[in-house]
Amino acid sequence: MVEILEERARQVFEKGKDGYAIECGKTSAAGSVSQRACVFCGSRVVLYPIADALHLIHGPIGCAAYTWDIRGSMSSGPELHRMSFSTDLGENEVIYGGEKKLYAALCELIDHYEPKAAFVYSTCIVGLIGDDVGAVCARVSREKGIPVLPVNSEGFKGTKKDGYRAACEAVFKLTGKDDETPVSRLSINILGDFNLAGETWIIKDYYRRMGIEVVSCITGDGRVGEIARSHRAALNVVQCSGSMTYLAKMMKEAYGIPFMRVSYFGIEDMSKALYDVAEHFGDAETLERTRELVYGEVNALLPELAAIKADLDGKKAAIYVGGSFKSFALVKALRHIGMRTVVVGSQTGTPEDYEYLKEITDEGTVICDDTNPLELSRFIMEKGADLLIGGVKERPIAYKMGIAFCDHNHERKEALAGFSGMLNFAREVRASVMSPVWKFSPARIAAQSAAKGGQT
Amino acid sequence: MKDDTETEREMTPAVSEPSSRNFTSTRNACKLCAPLGACIAYRGVEGCIPLIHGSQGCATYIRRYGISHFREPIDIASSNFTESSAIFGGRDNLVSAIANVTRQYAPRAIGIASTCLTETIGDDVAMYVREIETTRPNDGGPILFQASIPSYRGTHMDGFHEAIRSVVRAVARGDGARARVNLIPGFVSTEDLREFREILESFGVEYTMLPDYSETLDGGSWETYQKLPEGGTRLSDIAKMGSSRATLYLGKSATDEQSAGTWLERTCGVRNVRLDLPIGIANTDAFFAALEEATGEKAPEKWSRARGRLVDAYIDGHKYCSGKTAAVYGEEDFVVAMASFLAEIGIAPTIVGMGSKSAAFADRVNAAIGADGARAEVIDDADFATMLDRARAAPPDIVIGNSKGYYLARNLNVPLVRCGFPIHDRMGGQRVLHVGYRGTISLFDSICNALMQERQQAAKNGWTYI
Repeated sequence: MVEILEERARQVFEKGKDGYAIECGKTSAAGSVSQRACVFCGSRVVLYPIADALHLIHGPIGCAAYTWDIRGSMSSGPELHRMSFSTDLGENEVIYGGEKKLYAALCELIDHYEPKAAFVYSTCIVGLIGDDVGAVCARVSREKGIPVLPVNSEGFKGTKKDGYRAACEAVFKLTGKDDETPVSRLSINILGDFNLAGETWIIKDYYRRMGIEVVSCITGDGRVGEIARSHRAALNVVQCSGSMTYLAKMMKEAYGIPFMRVSYFGIEDMSKALYDVAEHFGDAETLERTRELVYGEVNALLPELAAIKADLDGKKAAIYVGGSFKSFALVKALRHIGMRTVVVGSQTGTPEDYEYLKEITDEGTVICDDTNPLELSRFIMEKGADLLIGGVKERPIAYKMGIAFCDHNHERKEALAGFSGMLNFAREVRASVMSPVWKFSPARIAAQSAAKGGQT
Repeated sequence: MKDDTETEREMTPAVSEPSSRNFTSTRNACKLCAPLGACIAYRGVEGCIPLIHGSQGCATYIRRYGISHFREPIDIASSNFTESSAIFGGRDNLVSAIANVTRQYAPRAIGIASTCLTETIGDDVAMYVREIETTRPNDGGPILFQASIPSYRGTHMDGFHEAIRSVVRAVARGDGARARVNLIPGFVSTEDLREFREILESFGVEYTMLPDYSETLDGGSWETYQKLPEGGTRLSDIAKMGSSRATLYLGKSATDEQSAGTWLERTCGVRNVRLDLPIGIANTDAFFAALEEATGEKAPEKWSRARGRLVDAYIDGHKYCSGKTAAVYGEEDFVVAMASFLAEIGIAPTIVGMGSKSAAFADRVNAAIGADGARAEVIDDADFATMLDRARAAPPDIVIGNSKGYYLARNLNVPLVRCGFPIHDRMGGQRVLHVGYRGTISLFDSICNALMQERQQAAKNGWTYI
């Protein structure tokens, strides 16, 4: 039996059994194999999809190498974001400082690739060796005539969430620059969609059909020029709220733009997102168009889901994702295909998030914060999950224990947002759960014979 | 914020490292950082869990990178640095990390890898480890290995070699007198490790192969969750490495200071034999000859039959290869061995790149490819963008190396034969066989088939016999 570390005792909760508030927002226990990454990771994943910007990672090579082309964020035009640029600091710079190398690297890259803006990510050692990244960026910005923005993302200075905040602070500096291009009264910014597998395009199409202008998407299929006029949109619609609420708050304070939190996963959340936006504008025509859109999409979707549900009815799912907002939508989406959530957790959930999860899950569900492979494998086995939803790091845990897997992380290649994304999700889950390969899995065979033994 | 003049004044001294690329920055790196190599090596020791002393991100990124290649759980603990650990030192974090990982995993050993963060603040991990070892109760606890391997020095290969050395230093004892051999196989695939085991076992001698992640990173499906997968080089076998007669150390890029083979030679008197990776006929012949010499045994006949089939295959397929050109890249020892193999089959390597810096690289490559050396552009400190820039003038017929070279192949519109590490976009990347006569024949078939498929698809009438 896997032991749950003392420090983590209250980060694990079983509904119907435990009565405490789930602890969260803590630093991961030293020596635990957390699934979390670092501050740099938070900044890098959020800013990554801005396709016409230069992303230069200031540090030794690892941080750049491990994040080369790491997200499935698609671009309709330039693809500069898919390059991995690093100052590749060596011992020399660690001793004498890396500013000169950073300056040279930036100038050459800007001259060669002609980006619309540049982000310079600080990694762990940059602060320790005393580089004044801000000064170098300011100088290059003046010399090259484009925004060059430092991202304060030293890995150890907090958690991934602090990286989100650093990213928001950097991207905020790109806003408020374009007051010329006309912007519609019925206009929004999409915040916190990253165009994984083209998801932003699905969502943008819905808004287009509703008659709403999307001024910018921050950051999916992102462009510096669009962000420059984003301050003139009438509303900020925030998905992946863990990463982007901070930007929405800054924009509210600076430009008076209201914001709302939405999710584009699953039928209820997707429909609610569109209705909430339409209602915000209170425009009768927009509301009518939204009703038509949702009605048409859901009607087309339900018969397909019904067929899938027939296969999956009664199966059980475990969910472990980065931000818990996504897990709310997944719990609901799974019900549409007949599946019950028996384990749900996240790397960075808040107390409110976990209270909400307690409300929407069934008795006996395990809710966990910042869990690790050993705990996760134990919960999966104890609760008899048939499916794990997570990212690449969780995938082998599922497969080794002979259960199905759905990648809902930033490397996914299937669009899972929107109504069509719900169908993709259901199909992907069915394809994995219903695969004939599981009958060879030793864990499955053992579980089946244990169940048989229990019956006799 | 400082003003410009101050910034300029402080920009001393010049970045003086010679580089064979045109950009100061690295664009699409052809290397990884040292802790990654160390973690892979530590996973090849029985019951050993790697522990990265540094930020949480290092462990998580390395796990994710490795999982995408091996498609196995790769648990790596982290001491989870915070701002205060960076100011006051990481001693407390390391102590509690070791305690927690011991409680959860009950490992036989913990392989500690430092990072750029801990090395820059001057954390003395070796001293911490000594303190822990001397203050803990007599019943012991896991053996602690420790490698100082900041990301700003060298590449993943440096971490790999230094981790192996740290294991050997901690465990190996003896006087180099017994009839057994050590094999230090280099950063090869899990299938390569299994091939080496089969070769060694066929000689009927006692041996220690270190590391051996053939099971720990490429095992079967499980009945119950395994905290630390079975397999890895047994600690009892590592202990005997000091009493072996010889060490065959594959790959020549490791320095004496990094090489466990050199340590064994100097400390225990075990003769160290450095060889190229056995890819291609010449390198594999040399490997078998060294093995015969070290063991005093003749190679079993099945290997000469395998060699015969390889020669036969070379001849059967020579027309598809002869006169072709290739781009080949990766870590130094892999590239040098591949270049030698390509020269044997008449493919001229025209772009030869590796990510680390080495003045000796060009000479090694030229020695490996002989007459074709004049045509080869040999680039150390290479990145993929530089290789693409150089290759555009005269694109090679084929690109050979890890899956990060897909960027090259796609831009050049030529096929990619995936081998080496990592392979993130195909099944079975961890199982590619490269070494020995059988590995070479498998690579040969893959290369021929890629070239044949190109020809078949390009043919208007789609030949069904080629």
